[in-house]
Amino acid sequence: MSWLIDPFAEFVFMQRALLGCIAISLGATPVGVFLMLRRMSLTGDAMAHAILPGAAVGFLISGLSLGAMTIGGIVAGLLVAVLTGFVARVTSLREDASMAAFYLISLALGVLLVSLRGSNVDLMHVLFGTVLALNNDALILLCAITTLTLVTLALIFRPLVLECADPRFLRSVSGWSGPVHFIFLALVVVNLVAGFQALGTLMAVGIMILPAAAARFWSDSIGGMMLAAAITGLVASVGGLLASYHAGLPSGPAIILGAGIIYLLSLSFGPVGSLTARYWPRAHLSS
Amino acid sequence: MITRRFLMAFAAVLAFAVPAFADGKLKVVGTFSILTDFVANVGGDRVEVIGLVGPDGDAHVYQPSPADAQAVAGAAVIVVNGMGFEGWMDRLVEASGTKATLVTASDGVTPIAFGTPEHGQDHAEEEGHDHDQAKEEKGHVRYDHGTFDPHAWQSVPNVQIYVSNIAAALTKADPEGEAVYTENATAYLAELGALDTEIRAALVALPQDRRTIVTSHDAFGYFEATYGLSFVAPQGASTEAEASAKDVAALITQIKDANISAVFVESIVDPRLLDQIAAETGATVGGTLYSDALSAADGPAATYLAMMRHNLAQLTAALIN
Repeated sequence: MSWLIDPFAEFVFMQRALLGCIAISLGATPVGVFLMLRRMSLTGDAMAHAILPGAAVGFLISGLSLGAMTIGGIVAGLLVAVLTGFVARVTSLREDASMAAFYLISLALGVLLVSLRGSNVDLMHVLFGTVLALNNDALILLCAITTLTLVTLALIFRPLVLECADPRFLRSVSGWSGPVHFIFLALVVVNLVAGFQALGTLMAVGIMILPAAAARFWSDSIGGMMLAAAITGLVASVGGLLASYHAGLPSGPAIILGAGIIYLLSLSFGPVGSLTARYWPRAHLSS
Repeated sequence: MITRRFLMAFAAVLAFAVPAFADGKLKVVGTFSILTDFVANVGGDRVEVIGLVGPDGDAHVYQPSPADAQAVAGAAVIVVNGMGFEGWMDRLVEASGTKATLVTASDGVTPIAFGTPEHGQDHAEEEGHDHDQAKEEKGHVRYDHGTFDPHAWQSVPNVQIYVSNIAAALTKADPEGEAVYTENATAYLAELGALDTEIRAALVALPQDRRTIVTSHDAFGYFEATYGLSFVAPQGASTEAEASAKDVAALITQIKDANISAVFVESIVDPRLLDQIAAETGATVGGTLYSDALSAADGPAATYLAMMRHNLAQLTAALIN
């Protein structure tokens, strides 16, 4: 067992990485489950691109400041979310096309601003955090965002589930549909910003979506899926960090690939709707 | 149609690009801030120096702009470091169709191979830069260093070779200025000689067990070879690759075991990882070293001489305490 415990016992940076990953796994995966249930999994990816320029502008204005980059990312993400929702509701353009349009504008604007500034410090490198370099501020931010996410999800849980199951019903019986949708998108944005500090943009989407997709094969209930997704995220984080420690792999990709492996295993052998459950039901029942 | 007209306009701009002598000055392009400093010192008033990668810029990951192509097209002399440092330069020269003389400033320098035993520890394993092939990543066309460490200017005797090469090239392009170039070069070489003596005198006093320093990327191989300090960098935590936990753990262990007390960040590299390493090992972050780029004019390393003195002061201050 020493290979499992020693890295974390011996090195503070491993403990910090682990804490950061636990925070992200607990906060981002339930959001991912709702994204998946609402068939918005790719929205996470688009949002991640929308956030990047905001963080870049934050970096250009005040340097490597966690606060400025976080605020910049959240502002850019929320702006894209609001504009997308607004256009989708008042014009004939569908939400997906509207979001694609706004995130591309946001991305192009960000790249333009970065280029105008002209400093060639590798900005992309600065923007992509690494889970091995989490300082106190970053950890506090991650944990705060996770807490905020869980509390908010608890508060809007019922309308959110209804919105997943039957949005028209919710819209007809209450005025909560719009606000709930927007609050949910805001949660997506803040969680992506948090993951972005620790893992980098694409990785942040990965830890949000992959565990959710894997969880689909483990439970029919939303609670069960959220639990399975959180466990998947935690196992992938610990596994990825250990692989990074023992095999010398870069930590971010190792964690996401860990989640990817769990997804593939769930897809093949999970108890609900997986390949095994569908095509070899007996083997499943007898086991 | 628009495209064709646009292309023709573009071609016209290139054809009439700034002539090589503007205001009677020789137009010289240097690829990055340290080289332009050398050229300005040798050329004095007779040359107009244009730098491509500016102060605090990272020449490893530079993306040339159309203005750069225009500067290159209009130049009479282009000074590059060579040894694979500016991989993007060959394409830029080709694309701009320039007729300028290309000068490799590091001609005649004895190159140090990455990964030779006398060049630090473990560098052979896996260089942070991935020094093998060019690859495209995150939108940058990224050419990596070849087998040799290109950061030759970190050793003052090498810079004396650089300066001689530049003086010879300027003389060839502008024979009338020979006297000026020779005079300037001689004066600058003398200053470099004084700097070299100064560095050696400052470092000879250091005890043998206090000569190891951690920096973020391997830019100090020549400094190490010439002046007898030892530099260690987190493998893979360099300007481009993502660090693995194994590398970071190995570095932390090494810092603790070898009792390394000085960790330095470089002006062009993301400092967060080194900050964390320093916090964990109790080593102090000794300050910022300028390795591949000068600072802005009001910064502590606005010229090469100032840069080397700044680095020396930072190093000795951290190693003596």
